[in-house]
Amino acid sequence: MVELEVDGRPVKVFEGQTILDACRKVGIDTPTLCYGETLEPANVCRVCVVEVEGARVLAPACSRKVEAGMKVRTDSERVRHSRKLVLELLASSVDLSTTPVAPDYLARYAAEPERFGPQAPPDPGRDRRRTGHHVEPDGQMAATVHVPVKIDNDLYVRDYSKCILCYKCVDACGEQYQNTFAIHVAGRGFDARISTEYVAELPESACVYCGNCIAVCPTGALMFRSEHELREAGAWHEDEQTVTQTICPYCGVGCNLELHVQDNTIVKVTSPDDHDVTRGNLCIKGRFGFQHVQARDTGTD
Amino acid sequence: MDLHLVPDAEETPAERAAVDHVLGPPESGWDGGARHDGAERNTARGGHDARGRRHLLLPTLWSLQERIGWISPGGLNYVCRRLTIPPADAYGVATFYALLAVEPRPARVVHVCEDLACRCHGSHDLIAQLEERFGTEGELSDDGSSTWYRSPCLGQCDRAPAVMLAVAGNEPLERVVAPAAAPGVLSLLAGGDAGPEPACIPPQLGEGSLRLLRRVGRVDPASLDDYRAHDGYAALRHAFSLGPEGVIRELKDSKLQGRGGAAFPTGVKWEAVARQPAQPHYLVCNADESEPGTFKDRVLLEGDPFAVIEAMTIAAYATNCTRGYVYMRGEYPQAHRALERALAQARSRGYLGDGILGERFSFEIEIRKGAGAYICGEETAIFESIEGKRGEPRNKPPFPVVEGLFGKPTVVNNVETLVNVLDVVLRSGPGFAETGTESSTGTKLFCLSGHVARPGVYEVPFGVTLRDLLDLAGGVPGGRSLQAVLMGGAAGGFLRPDELDLPLTFEGVREAKTTLGSGVVMALDDTVDLPRFLMRIAAFFRNESCGQCVPCRVGTVRQQEALARLLSGRTNGGVARELAVIAEVGQCMRDASICGLGQTASSAIESAIGRLGVFQGGAA
Repeated sequence: MVELEVDGRPVKVFEGQTILDACRKVGIDTPTLCYGETLEPANVCRVCVVEVEGARVLAPACSRKVEAGMKVRTDSERVRHSRKLVLELLASSVDLSTTPVAPDYLARYAAEPERFGPQAPPDPGRDRRRTGHHVEPDGQMAATVHVPVKIDNDLYVRDYSKCILCYKCVDACGEQYQNTFAIHVAGRGFDARISTEYVAELPESACVYCGNCIAVCPTGALMFRSEHELREAGAWHEDEQTVTQTICPYCGVGCNLELHVQDNTIVKVTSPDDHDVTRGNLCIKGRFGFQHVQARDTGTD
Repeated sequence: MDLHLVPDAEETPAERAAVDHVLGPPESGWDGGARHDGAERNTARGGHDARGRRHLLLPTLWSLQERIGWISPGGLNYVCRRLTIPPADAYGVATFYALLAVEPRPARVVHVCEDLACRCHGSHDLIAQLEERFGTEGELSDDGSSTWYRSPCLGQCDRAPAVMLAVAGNEPLERVVAPAAAPGVLSLLAGGDAGPEPACIPPQLGEGSLRLLRRVGRVDPASLDDYRAHDGYAALRHAFSLGPEGVIRELKDSKLQGRGGAAFPTGVKWEAVARQPAQPHYLVCNADESEPGTFKDRVLLEGDPFAVIEAMTIAAYATNCTRGYVYMRGEYPQAHRALERALAQARSRGYLGDGILGERFSFEIEIRKGAGAYICGEETAIFESIEGKRGEPRNKPPFPVVEGLFGKPTVVNNVETLVNVLDVVLRSGPGFAETGTESSTGTKLFCLSGHVARPGVYEVPFGVTLRDLLDLAGGVPGGRSLQAVLMGGAAGGFLRPDELDLPLTFEGVREAKTTLGSGVVMALDDTVDLPRFLMRIAAFFRNESCGQCVPCRVGTVRQQEALARLLSGRTNGGVARELAVIAEVGQCMRDASICGLGQTASSAIESAIGRLGVFQGGAA
């Protein structure tokens, strides 16, 4: 066990655990966005930064391993400032309307994203911007990552206006889970974006529609098409939905499914993160193959 | 791995040749070669073997860029088959680097520097003339064979304004032309010749006090014999007699500190790597100097390449490395050629390879060519880039001395730091420490540029003042007066004309709350439009941010937007509010960014506001 101090309180955690683990152990609610329970920390969003005594810069709580005698402050002026700014920078450039934790975080840190000016409209050319170049801004609008929604298949949509570039989908699609490698981060700096090779549409890409990227996406940038369409129609009512646990009927693995049902119709399928076999992952059949359940019409066309 | 390639895209014979130029011919049907029935019917090839060559991705992409002019879907497909890399991943790598193109690009491209020193010497006029007489950036010539692009600093600040010509083909050509003028650039765009390469002559040539520069301009950089006639390889012989521990002891006694910007004690770093039980150890020579205003390492590499090789050999000997990489920015074609030539000679004469100088010590050096990414000079981004990935910095800890290149203990040193090692060994540690001050030992290279009479790389002992240095370079020419000095580059800070008595030492600049950085000293006379100059600094950081972490990715954009509003006077609630935005974003970038780029992206701009009072004069 390693003993350290968080906000003046002594805490003991296992060696190899992180500051975030220590914070949780003493009940300190640390904001996280790019951190995923089932993935290696990418530590890129920097909303979980904390002050470690003696260090020149702040440390990401999600990935910094604890050290004996470490003195950590999670609510100092510097910490609050950086967290507030990170949230402002994100909220001014990304559409956080479907990020569940965003309203709470923004309020907690009194973030004012609108102070950077009105948001720039979607730019269809964003996917092919030339690396290391940009058009000089006049500052009258805040640059955004907004692009038109990508709807190129029946199963899920990609709305990269909502992408905070947390790398989770890339990691889930790649070597941490699926080993499909259909997507990667392309471009650089503010123009960095999640992309297939040469911006190919998903049916042309290596995607196998496991939907594990949707499962890890913290912002709703990746979304079931059914959910996207209901939201567009103003008919998405999460508070009216029920979640039913069941077992996937397709093969012998026995993955757990959570069926999200609204108006007696399955609107999306998830799998519990804490299942020690699947860790929230499914395959195309488990995730998307639910249409037959609600097929009322057995007509012959 | 079951690769899904880009549909309907096949490589051309020329693309295949470009890739094979780096990887050799394919061995089987599995990686794009002829299919041999029989054995191959039952045996898969690839797997770990093929993926183990991932580090060749960047050289392979470079080969396509140099020979074809861009990386087409077919070309990328073939690279991916050869190296077993998913196309989305390889596309992510290719689009990380500004010198690689994934859209068709003409064979002949002129990169026109628009950065800080070139701005002081008319790059703006040059660009305006190109726009008028050729067309806007990226527009093709009438026959479609050429175009031009704006470029960040090309490291030719002593002969600004500079351009770099790149001509793709079977015999790819890359040449820097500096100083450049519009007629010459138009002629390059029309297929004209770039002329002979300039020789490297430091302004202090022949002065007895020179150490790092003592051979530059006097020795033939293409001759190992001439190098030896100028004291070359004396240090390596002496190092062998000292033994690895002896070399490290001398180095610690010398108190040599890193010259790349962070000023970490070199001996401490070497000792930490030497003691690591994990094997192998790697050596990386950081020759990616891309900080605007910096060109000192270029001068060493072009003028005295064997010194860099000898110093790396000593470093490898002391820290038990068998392989070293020189990661050199892609904008240094002349230095690249000089070092390549020197490496070939050293290899053929037994100064590299197995059993160097008859000792039981083997060492090999490979050059890796950067592709237009300032961030790859960051000590962990450099590893990612060499490994064939996007040049995104790693979170520290773990530090490179424990887990560096390929996850192994790694020494990363700047070119200038390494060349200092020769002197440490020859003079002994205490002998080296006699020069300079108590805690800043030895001499330092400074890159004098901007409005000085004789720009160039100057070598002075630590402790001289900024005024001495500017005098050495002939002061501000043309009867103009000095407005400010930019110290340390875009990631450094500004000083006022009344601060010239600052002693140039690590402790002196720290006390004055500025930095030596990479040795940039850029003098700005009273004609410089400082707010516009700051806009260029902001644009540089926006362009060069890797995009990984939020503070830097978005912060560099918000910083630039606030500057733009201050510049136009159309502020969002007044000057004070905009200055507060810059300060607040700056603090977040400094505190919460992953690496040094984000942590310093606001320092020059904030120093101009705080120290020079830019924007405080009541504009808007």
